[in-house]
Amino acid sequence: MTTVKVRRLKRVAVAIVVLGALCALGPLALAEEAAAPPTPESNAEAIALVQSHADYVWTLVAAFLVFLMQAGFALVETGLTRAKNAVNICMKNLMDFAAGSLAYWLIGFGIMFGANSTGWFGASSFMFSDFAVDKDPWVYAFWMFQVVFAATAATIVSGAMAERTKFSSYLLYSVFISAFVYPVFGSWAWGGLYKGGGWLEALGFIDFAGSTVVHSVGGWAALAGALVIGPRLGRFGKDGKARAMPGHNLVYATLGVFLLWFGWFGFNPGSTTAANKDIALIAVNTNLAAAAGATAAMIVAWLFLKKPDATMMLNGALAGLVGITAGCANVSPTSSVVIGLAAGTLVVFSVLFFDRIRIDDPVGAISVHGVCGAWGTLAAGLFNAEGTSLAILGVQLAGIAAAFAWTFTTMWIFFKVIAATVGLRVSAEEEVEGLDFHEHGNDAYAPDAFRTLPGDAAV
Amino acid sequence: MKKVECIVRPHLLEAVKTALQEVGIVGMTVSEVKGFGRQKGHTETYRGSEYKVEFLPKVKIEVALPDELVDAAVDAVLKTAKTGKFGDGKVFVSALEEVVRIRTGERGEGAL
Repeated sequence: MTTVKVRRLKRVAVAIVVLGALCALGPLALAEEAAAPPTPESNAEAIALVQSHADYVWTLVAAFLVFLMQAGFALVETGLTRAKNAVNICMKNLMDFAAGSLAYWLIGFGIMFGANSTGWFGASSFMFSDFAVDKDPWVYAFWMFQVVFAATAATIVSGAMAERTKFSSYLLYSVFISAFVYPVFGSWAWGGLYKGGGWLEALGFIDFAGSTVVHSVGGWAALAGALVIGPRLGRFGKDGKARAMPGHNLVYATLGVFLLWFGWFGFNPGSTTAANKDIALIAVNTNLAAAAGATAAMIVAWLFLKKPDATMMLNGALAGLVGITAGCANVSPTSSVVIGLAAGTLVVFSVLFFDRIRIDDPVGAISVHGVCGAWGTLAAGLFNAEGTSLAILGVQLAGIAAAFAWTFTTMWIFFKVIAATVGLRVSAEEEVEGLDFHEHGNDAYAPDAFRTLPGDAAV
Repeated sequence: MKKVECIVRPHLLEAVKTALQEVGIVGMTVSEVKGFGRQKGHTETYRGSEYKVEFLPKVKIEVALPDELVDAAVDAVLKTAKTGKFGDGKVFVSALEEVVRIRTGERGEGAL
């Protein structure tokens, strides 16, 4: 066929398509003319519908961003620990989300956001049980956003207890915190976002996206776990001094921090659960605090540890992010920089402090999430753009104290019970040889050449 | 026939390899190795805690060659791998009893 012929055929085809489209649209155009003219009411309805769709889209996109933080945690924790435990820590992160999602669906969400008559816990909306009543799918969008938060709190602990915890016991922990410990505290501070209402929010507690509700709860649970399980073998010398156990892949750890930083743009701005103009300030505050946190940690490490230690800089970025999470919607960008600088400074000294008192936290989770979460919650009151007062600070401190008292106590008891019954820690032999092989029968980085299969010889 | 094993600084591998090729060596085996000699190790810090790195990374080059090339090969290594500081590495020369080319079954110098 010549090119001229092909061109002609193409023109005919295009003409047919255009004609067909016109025929199809014709009746529609007529129908539109026949419909009632728009009224102020119908316009308002249509505008509200568009806004409500935008709210759904933003909340769900933000939830998906926060979900990516699970990958960030997995990479940070894997990179900062040893190669022989890489599979184990990845699977703890995976199952935190898998088992945690189920637990939060079954029980957690209802405790956190269900109807709450006492101010201490909710007790409805389990397994979407209230969905059929009003047929409003908002609960689905809201649950999706909340479940990724619950999983964030849960997964903080896996880093602090890395390289020595039994996988089966970790799973019990994961279900316990997602179903019970996190939701109970969450109901005190955030229950009113849905059908609940807790005593802390009634006092005016400011924790917009969860410096305390998510991060401190995870951090104090991590502290309880690290205390009960004890340090990794060889982590502290006979002289009591901390010995370095370098992580096996700082590239993973860095990539993980980038993913967490990225995900935080869903974590904080998404906590509006509405598509509105507030998200711009919240995003700016989130970014500036992270930047300030990384910068401060770099400077402090350079001054006090002689070199800009990579792991401290990574912790610093996360410290800034955790620090701004409570106040990201009610402080100025300048305050965010101050909050981030303080968090980045605090995290370095906190890591050194926990080493000094011989609490082994391989990734710095207690310092980043527990300590900087508490700082961020106080800072949200201190730097409140509408002014601060002793009353505001008092409520913030009450929230910080309540989070510590509730989480540390319940988790400490839980880990003690696990240790006394099914066991919390792997055997010394397993710890030395690695959890990947003993717990999972896997090897994260097995070279193909040394893995022979029956039948390979025949090839 | 002789076997020459050289332990050299990793960043000098390319220079040593080129010099050995100029001498007439047509094949070599290279591995990344770690060890210590007079250079000893050094101290690094991680999250504020010091630790000693006692085994330093080096590259090991193994070459099998006919007797008459040995002196030239050793000279080539000395010229390219030497910095004059601790940690330059070593050259080991040993007798080689037999060489077999797996593809053809050739033996002795013909298999080199």
